[in-house]
Amino acid sequence: MYRYDQYDRQMLQDRIAQFRDQTRRFLAGELENAQFLPLRLQNGLYVQRLAPMLRVAIPYGCLSSVQLRKLAHIARHYDKGYAHFSTRQNIQFNWPKLPEVPDILAELAEVEMHAIQTSGNCIRNTTTDQFAGVSPHEIEDSRPWCEIIRQWSTFHPEFAHLPRKFKIAVCGTETDQAATQVHDIGLYIVRNFTGDVGFQVLVGGGLGRTPVIGQVINEFLPWQHLLSYLDAILRIYNQEGRRDNKYKARIKILVKELGVDVFRNKVEAEWQYTKDGPNTLTENEFKRCKAFFTDPVYDTLVNDDAAVSAKLNSDIRFNNWMERNVRDHKQIGYRIVTLCLKATGAAPGDLDAEQMEFVADLADRYSFGELRVTHEQNLVLTDVKLLDLPALYDALQREHLATPYTGLLNDMISCPGGDFCSLANAKSIPIAEAIQRRFDNFELQKQIGEITLNISGCMNACGHHHVGNIGVLGVDKKGEEFYQVTLGGSSDRQAALGKVIGPSFAQEEMPDVVDKVLQVYLARRQNNERFIDTYNRIGIEPFQEHVYAKAD
Amino acid sequence: MPKLIDTLGNLVDNAWLQLPKDATLDHVVQSSSKLVLVPCKLWLAEKASLLATGKTFGVWFDSDEPVGHINADLALLPLLALNFPTFMDGRSYSKACVLRQQMKYEGEIRAIGDVLRDQLFYLKRCGFSSFDLKDSVKLEDAQKALKDFTTNYQATVEEPVPLYRRRA
Repeated sequence: MYRYDQYDRQMLQDRIAQFRDQTRRFLAGELENAQFLPLRLQNGLYVQRLAPMLRVAIPYGCLSSVQLRKLAHIARHYDKGYAHFSTRQNIQFNWPKLPEVPDILAELAEVEMHAIQTSGNCIRNTTTDQFAGVSPHEIEDSRPWCEIIRQWSTFHPEFAHLPRKFKIAVCGTETDQAATQVHDIGLYIVRNFTGDVGFQVLVGGGLGRTPVIGQVINEFLPWQHLLSYLDAILRIYNQEGRRDNKYKARIKILVKELGVDVFRNKVEAEWQYTKDGPNTLTENEFKRCKAFFTDPVYDTLVNDDAAVSAKLNSDIRFNNWMERNVRDHKQIGYRIVTLCLKATGAAPGDLDAEQMEFVADLADRYSFGELRVTHEQNLVLTDVKLLDLPALYDALQREHLATPYTGLLNDMISCPGGDFCSLANAKSIPIAEAIQRRFDNFELQKQIGEITLNISGCMNACGHHHVGNIGVLGVDKKGEEFYQVTLGGSSDRQAALGKVIGPSFAQEEMPDVVDKVLQVYLARRQNNERFIDTYNRIGIEPFQEHVYAKAD
Repeated sequence: MPKLIDTLGNLVDNAWLQLPKDATLDHVVQSSSKLVLVPCKLWLAEKASLLATGKTFGVWFDSDEPVGHINADLALLPLLALNFPTFMDGRSYSKACVLRQQMKYEGEIRAIGDVLRDQLFYLKRCGFSSFDLKDSVKLEDAQKALKDFTTNYQATVEEPVPLYRRRA
């Protein structure tokens, strides 16, 4: 993991002092609400339905056991004993007290964490694939690049008051678990024909009110030019992005209005001024950052283990867990383990302080003290020995963290929704729970197979509903909560936006609606098609016919 | 009392008369001030007549007005001012960078309009050289804010070499 040096530490201390003073001035009435608002937002602090909400960055999803214990401490000491992992590799505390927030930030700084730019109209936390560095299907480790972008974007003076928020994702794996194409800037790490590393640059993707898949503006940007090119994109957006209407202020609207070719030409023209200048990345800086993400000292192991095989044969639940939550690792004898935070009845992505400490202990014991946070609101232990899996499973099982649903229906993404969020039109968590209860059966889940179900409580789309194979969006109809369903969305390399199936549904209808959608899929599926494959083959009509069919 | 400060936080005399956005040539002729800060539109429309008055000019830009049109005039203009209609409008940060980095302007760039203490540090880093503070801003607060951070990551106008090339 990246470790701070004196510069990083100093900047964080300066920031805390600055925010402590801003908070003091606000509480003393010296700073108007409208002036304090963007300042607190750029420190991750929202004012929510019931209390402030503090969003803490987990940069590109990398988290140490020490940091997780600190988060547990904050949840217990400053909050109500739990916190929520969001869909952007952040963690959210729902009940902090404003006068205590500077103290929370100081506690976070002790473990090299912060809430800088996790909100507001600025460059947000850079995200990536949770399997970076351990995936057997990797082109290049994205973490050093993410750290380089983190530093470039942190306190960037020119881009602190953009037209709207700005999100960057980097992906170095073939599978793309980072929803790269629905970010303001998506960066795919690629190699050219001579083997040099660069980036395929996508721009103008995003969800929210106007969902758009990003478009390529550069097929191969040599890595040395990453920062000057990002500067050029942001400078065009900062000057030309719309500021008259916040719903049209994201870069995706600018790219659409100009057309991608005009936008590309503007970026290229802007870039000529800084290309090859002092902001050209150096081999030394890349090596410095890369050195923080070297492999741990792996044992020399083999890829089978008698105890594991025995338990697979004797313990069906272990077998289920292995099948869904354990993935291949690049290192022989190691596995990647996902902790699916979707136990039925628990809000997706929520973890209490005791569970956090428990998971931190497991990370120390089994995974070199490191974890990852995923945009699907799960946790990952990246480097677990195959032979440790039975013991790890037994431990997780005791704490209800061995839910074997990773990648299946019940591994759904859900925003906090109307129970917490002041933006929401409708609740999300009860919908997630009702669907989870209906389908809480491993055999059934397995029969349905790989599928994503994403729920957002409003069109801001924190729950990524547009890119769920099944998407659910809470809408307000004359003061009542209804749910609109979309089908066919996807956030992987073949990213697609879901299509609305038809008129929206009442809350209590939702489990039946999902059931009917799945009935069509199971009836029409050929061979081992995934839901998305069947959908792409047969289209939306058969689903519409069945879901809206009148009972005879 | 409006306060004008430089990047070190020192109070500076403001000898410039700033004319409003709809000002005309007559306003300039009638004013007794030798130093006149005119809106960009007036400068572009009446440049020759303005120069014929023998006065010294600066030009101010609103946040939606491009600075590129005065590229040929930079040597005539000791002062350029960039307006913040609201402190949330960040366009003028990029404009200052463009003026310094691309157009190589070396005169004074002044922040005018909704200029609050919490913007000052970033403004300074983007190449602004003076700040026309809102009435509500206390001088000592503004001076403090110019020193909010001791070090920064980025390559900027103020420090063109990014931290990664300077890291010890």
